[in-house]
Amino acid sequence: MPLDIRERYKDWKMNTEDMPGLTLKDVSLHVKGHKLLGPLSLSVEEGHVATLMGPSGAGKSSLLAFVSGTLSPDIIASGSVHLDGRRIDGLNPEERRVGLLFQDDLLFPHLSILENVAFGIPRTVRGRRARAELALSALGEAGLEGFRDKMPMTLSGGQRARISLLRVLLSEPRALLLDEPFSAFDTTLRHQMHEFVFAHVKASRLPTLLVTHDKSDADAAGGPVIEIS
Amino acid sequence: MAIVVLFMVPILAGLLGTALPSFGYWPGDSTRALHVQPWRDLADAPGLGQAIFTSVFSGVGATVLSLVIAVSFTASWSNSKISLLVSRSTAPLLAVPHAAFAIGFAFLFIPSGWLIRIITPWLSGWSAPPDYLFIQDLHGVGLMVALVCKELFFLLLVMQAALSQIDAQKYLSVTRTLGSWPVCAWLKVIFPMIYPQIRLPLYAVLAYSLSVVDMSMIVGPATPPSLSVLAVNWMQDPDIGTRLQGAAAALLLFGIVVIAVLGWRGLEKIVIACGRAWIFNGPRTFAEKFTHWISGIATSLILVVSGFALISLVLWSFADVWRFPAALPSEFTLRTWIGAWDGLKVHSISTFILAIVSGAVALLLGLGILENEYWKGARPKVAGQFFLYMPLMIPQVSFLFGLQVALVYLNIDGSWLAVVWSHLVFVVPYVFLIFADPFRNLDPRFTKTALSLGKPPFTVLRTVKIPLLKAPMAIAFAVGFSVSVSQYLATLFPGVGKIQTLTTEAVTLAAGGDRRDLGAYGLAQFMLPLIVFSIAAAVAARHTRTL
Repeated sequence: MPLDIRERYKDWKMNTEDMPGLTLKDVSLHVKGHKLLGPLSLSVEEGHVATLMGPSGAGKSSLLAFVSGTLSPDIIASGSVHLDGRRIDGLNPEERRVGLLFQDDLLFPHLSILENVAFGIPRTVRGRRARAELALSALGEAGLEGFRDKMPMTLSGGQRARISLLRVLLSEPRALLLDEPFSAFDTTLRHQMHEFVFAHVKASRLPTLLVTHDKSDADAAGGPVIEIS
Repeated sequence: MAIVVLFMVPILAGLLGTALPSFGYWPGDSTRALHVQPWRDLADAPGLGQAIFTSVFSGVGATVLSLVIAVSFTASWSNSKISLLVSRSTAPLLAVPHAAFAIGFAFLFIPSGWLIRIITPWLSGWSAPPDYLFIQDLHGVGLMVALVCKELFFLLLVMQAALSQIDAQKYLSVTRTLGSWPVCAWLKVIFPMIYPQIRLPLYAVLAYSLSVVDMSMIVGPATPPSLSVLAVNWMQDPDIGTRLQGAAAALLLFGIVVIAVLGWRGLEKIVIACGRAWIFNGPRTFAEKFTHWISGIATSLILVVSGFALISLVLWSFADVWRFPAALPSEFTLRTWIGAWDGLKVHSISTFILAIVSGAVALLLGLGILENEYWKGARPKVAGQFFLYMPLMIPQVSFLFGLQVALVYLNIDGSWLAVVWSHLVFVVPYVFLIFADPFRNLDPRFTKTALSLGKPPFTVLRTVKIPLLKAPMAIAFAVGFSVSVSQYLATLFPGVGKIQTLTTEAVTLAAGGDRRDLGAYGLAQFMLPLIVFSIAAAVAARHTRTL
């Protein structure tokens, strides 16, 4: 496991122009010899959202875990994942630049909202002030700057979900994976969250993979829908 | 409330019973005027400074080291084969009484010990045992290492329990996709989340390590010993003046523990402030490779040392002729066991009775507290947890001596009741620690369904909850049993020599007894909890399978 990150990222820029977007080739998942999912191939362009729909237990979440590199070791995966023309499925999750969003916001309870949002800002943004400014401007655009020093537990579910998305976006991913991020919300809030999330996906030109079992999520995403069983 | 009284009274009475003598008061003494002579005597006692240094150095050092190893191991080796091995070894190693472990540890590391025998002469070139103290060294390094070997597994267990309360895997996934390498991610996110749960157990480790007596007598320095041993020696002196001086030393140790815990609490605040500033800078790595290998090697070494220490008990107890530097005894015999049989039998029975009774009573008490909490709808409070851990955070020397004084007043010193009571003070917290979470996490719908079928609360407890909780109850009982077996001071003081166990006898033998007898006693002391643990594990496994 080579640990020099700079070495790993040296040729990143070179390949980014080749084939922008996220591509899965012949991906299948097996648990204890049983096939869970696949083979599946798909391609998502920058700023677009592909939706995976299917019943629970169909391996949707496991697929996202495979793409992000966080698959549990008892699931065997085959096939390849390419991001901006570069094969990433052999990399560690911290090297893939794939953002992940769950149904739970998973904000860090011991850190303030500002500290949560600034958590993933790359090291290239140096100095406390510069990092704080970047985080604050993101909070400001979302109208959440008033919460900067609050702790996550004191916020509502909708607020936390937005902050969770801001945190992912500020870590400058090259692709985004959404694992049923809207499931906890009622219809009104769900609608607002659709707008908030998909507007950000478009603006940051991220290829996005959405997993859901709700038709309204897929409709709001507006991209291709892949049914798995 | 009654429970609090049951445990706070002996502790407070014990502290008072130590504090008063340290100012010259002695029961039955007609003068009755308080004075500070015991403290003057203490200040003039030769070697006091070195004794304090030994206690603080080995106690704080052991706590910091075991925390660092436990944290770095959990951070970098989770889901690995070695972590599976470690988690399987945790329970049996925790069940090893401290004194038995210390004896095995000494067998391994003394100049004529097994380790030197294994490498002599082919590697070391020695023809006689080296003239160097690998343990019982002046500053207590050997004691510190022995303490780390025991405390590491306790901390690992506590951390596992804390981790099961949060969705650690998901938090870790998110942190890593945000760009952090594994160790860095664990330190930035998981450690701060579980620290509140491990704080009190950690203070208990700190207090225990600062004030340990039995291990220090066996692997600690001798001239002068650590402050705790000094206090115990003085307290048992025939001269009343020296006893008073011992009470002062015990109270001084209490002060040192209080300062250490408060100091640790203060350091926490500094670490939190620095840690947040560090996290804000967005670090991606934290000595990943170094932490990975060092913690892996340290944990493996501790596992190997623990294993060898226990095996050396077996070897010595069956050894007939074992000349230096042979790596193994040249002849084995049953003579040691046959010779020690009568004593072993008596001591095993008393140890067993004490452990069975205190384990069972502690389990019933725990069940009562939790059932009460359930029906009153009370949430577990930090304050309640604090009271529960209190006995573990006060040096045993500082209140057991005073408790003995109080027991003399009640005229129950040297009785089984007195010993069981003082064991319970230490057994209940551990039993509760193991049992509380499974009880609280039991799906309340089982209870509600049973109630709605018209069953009264006690019937629900008997026919629904207890059967469902058989596995954690069995384990909690086994833990309570082994805690009771390992009690040294809590047997010695209230038992006033009338009630002896394998542990008190082993510690006595350690001061110059034959290694073969010592091995036999150490092994017997270890076998009792191991057998109970194996039965409990079997019960738990069968129960889990049938559910």
